[in-house]
Amino acid sequence: MIIDIPSTTTEKINKKLVEVRETGGAVTLGRVLTLVVCTLDSENAEDVIDAANEASREHPCRVIVVARGDRSAETRLDAQIRVGGDAGASEVVVLRLHGELADHESSVVVPFLLPDTPVVAWWPDKSPPFPAQDPVGRLAIRRITDATGARDPLATIKSRLQSYTAGDTDLAWSRITYWRALLTSALDQPPYERIVSATVSGLAEEPAVDMIAGWLASRIDGPVRRVAGELRVVLERETGSVTLSRPQTGKTATLSRLGAPDSLVSLARRETRDCLAEELRRLDPDEIYHAALSGLTKVNYE
Amino acid sequence: MSCSKPFPGNSRPRPTRADPVPGTGSAPRWDNPLRDERDKRLPRIAGPCALVIFGVTGDLARKKLMPAVYDLANRGLLPPGFALVGFARRDWAAEDFGKVVHDAVKQHSRTPFREEVWERLAEGIRFVQGSFDDDAAFVELTKTLRDLDEERGTGGNHAFYLAIPPAAFPTVCEQLSKSGLAQPVEDQWRRVVIEKPFGHDLESAKELNAVVNTVFPEDSVFRIDHYLGKETVQNILALRFANQLFDPIWNAHYVDHVQITMAEDIGLGGRAGYYDGIGAARDVIQNHLLQLLAFTAMEEPVSFEPSELQSEKIKVLSATRLAEPLDETTARGQYAGGWQGGQRVVGLLDEDGFSKDSTTETFAAITLEVDTRRWAGVPFYLRTGKRLGRRVTEIAVVFKRAPHLPFDKTMTEELGQNALVIRVQPDEGVTMRFGSKVPGSSMEVRDVNMDFSYGQAFTESSPEAYERLILDVLLGEPSLFPVNAEVELSWKILDPVLEHWAESGKPEPYEAGTWGPESAQEMLRRTGREWRRP
Repeated sequence: MIIDIPSTTTEKINKKLVEVRETGGAVTLGRVLTLVVCTLDSENAEDVIDAANEASREHPCRVIVVARGDRSAETRLDAQIRVGGDAGASEVVVLRLHGELADHESSVVVPFLLPDTPVVAWWPDKSPPFPAQDPVGRLAIRRITDATGARDPLATIKSRLQSYTAGDTDLAWSRITYWRALLTSALDQPPYERIVSATVSGLAEEPAVDMIAGWLASRIDGPVRRVAGELRVVLERETGSVTLSRPQTGKTATLSRLGAPDSLVSLARRETRDCLAEELRRLDPDEIYHAALSGLTKVNYE
Repeated sequence: MSCSKPFPGNSRPRPTRADPVPGTGSAPRWDNPLRDERDKRLPRIAGPCALVIFGVTGDLARKKLMPAVYDLANRGLLPPGFALVGFARRDWAAEDFGKVVHDAVKQHSRTPFREEVWERLAEGIRFVQGSFDDDAAFVELTKTLRDLDEERGTGGNHAFYLAIPPAAFPTVCEQLSKSGLAQPVEDQWRRVVIEKPFGHDLESAKELNAVVNTVFPEDSVFRIDHYLGKETVQNILALRFANQLFDPIWNAHYVDHVQITMAEDIGLGGRAGYYDGIGAARDVIQNHLLQLLAFTAMEEPVSFEPSELQSEKIKVLSATRLAEPLDETTARGQYAGGWQGGQRVVGLLDEDGFSKDSTTETFAAITLEVDTRRWAGVPFYLRTGKRLGRRVTEIAVVFKRAPHLPFDKTMTEELGQNALVIRVQPDEGVTMRFGSKVPGSSMEVRDVNMDFSYGQAFTESSPEAYERLILDVLLGEPSLFPVNAEVELSWKILDPVLEHWAESGKPEPYEAGTWGPESAQEMLRRTGREWRRP
């Protein structure tokens, strides 16, 4: 069910929410978190809401989508409530901010935060330079950015280090979880030798590849090179290497190890909704992400 | 684990794998530089290995094991190069078997079917045809596994899943031993997975354990009790030991009694071969219900190391005994015909394959006492049955009434006893039941529920029990598998009832679709209590 409430106030929207709950039987109790999505009012907004809905199947939450519209327009707040089939397992409140209000997102968000549950902020496109100091970011215990769509992905992902605050994370990081898991479990097998060096290659404008390089640089003693080219990670050991590679748009990767036959493994690019679901699974600070950002400064770019 | 002895080359790696290389003793430690316990995102992927399923044509393999293997693959938790080998008498080519797995997966898997995942899995599927006493078939199996080590890099790590009747265990174990498949080699592991029933009394359980243990040392034996793979059962530990709210009242001062129920609505049509002469107590109480009791009643383990958990469970089971006299503290029944869920159903004696004078019980209830300071005087009522009102498994901790009620009697007429109910299945969650004032000008107190539901608070579909358990076998993580000592203690608790029942009388008939025989109700009424309607 989608209910449009044009030109309104947060008080009226809250009243409507209670009314929907009482008449429609849509339950808002039992929600485990509030997800605040800060986006621009564009066609992209619908995709963003879909991803949030999908992720919320795993974590029933209240989703507040704050869509910033034209700053030069007249100040107005338009709202939309979605419950039931149109909202996955959650309830979605879409708030469209026009005019001066577009600069005061947090003021419309606060009345909708669920009591005593964590708040997560997600910037699907352009994120503030210092997420933890952003008015909405300050409300949240977890702040999710995404460097992938940025104009200069490399500079963006590198800039995360100086703004890092416990609770920050980036979807470029969750995108590589299975890559990291496969590399890690490959090293559980003999020969048990230290890694001398590593080379990470991939598209120059793919920040997830930079994150693999940064993570490796934070974990091993040897040098880590980042090159532009085919998608491949090579870990060099004294007696042989471990290689994990995949065609750029493929779904199947190849793991090669010395002394074992090549093996194929299903490893498609991770969808935004899966990354988001992973981010919502744990709300404690991700120290490994911080270490990987620091590691990025040690990576040799060629 | 009191019963395990060290076995060179086959020691179980701990989940973190940050410990010394298995079997190398004094060799320097291998610390995987990429692993970090703070890195909670990283899923635990099993190492290279092959899973061999005996009895691959059975229901268990088709409906549970194969779909679980696919779901694990789909979640990216199986190693690249994983291999699945089926062993059965059926005259199949590898492709036929592949087709069977494919269909089973499509029909029963929990996660969506993805072609690219299936293709990877299918590459590692093999089939070996033969009967269990056929030496040549085991030579073929040995060769198949060796080839897989070379082609797929399974590294000589093999898990044997015996999805077969226990009568065939000795033959298969002996064959595995003879063909050298069970012999562990340095840096490789061999594990065996067995399903219930683990014997039919203490003596036969010991025999069975002895047979299995002559070939596989205890620490490489994984006994599946699929209840322990359920989220809700693992949550008992979280509920009890991670919260401050429940522990203070989790004892005889506040708890009046505990009811553990596992009810099924299905009958036994077509299962006579397995069930006749076994009965509900052996089939369910000995394993599932006593395990649930152990989780509910055990003391806090000093850590969540598998050995610590096991020693607490062993401790509480060794303090558990039957309440006497058995005539008054136990009940058994056999379903008769009736109407269930809008369908006419026949009684057990009319089911195909059961003899007309079968005394196999389809309903069993027993009363247990746990002789510890925590539980002295608190009865634990366990019941299970077929063709009951609905399918439900739950643990209800029922509390004593408040020692003094400052209300008039009329105000609290509708107030029952407080209860905390752990709903194991379906509709997994926890319910608390307590009195609340009825709105209105007078003071009237009535029972209300407070509910926590997994479906609402967490992931829509939690992993199937078999997914979790198969992954744990491949990772060598034993905490969710009962050990020898637990199985034997459970039989020791149950044996006197079985003997008592065998000596005299027969099960009381109860109408299908009801909550069991009158004697079960009587059993609780004697102490002024009632079964909950679950």
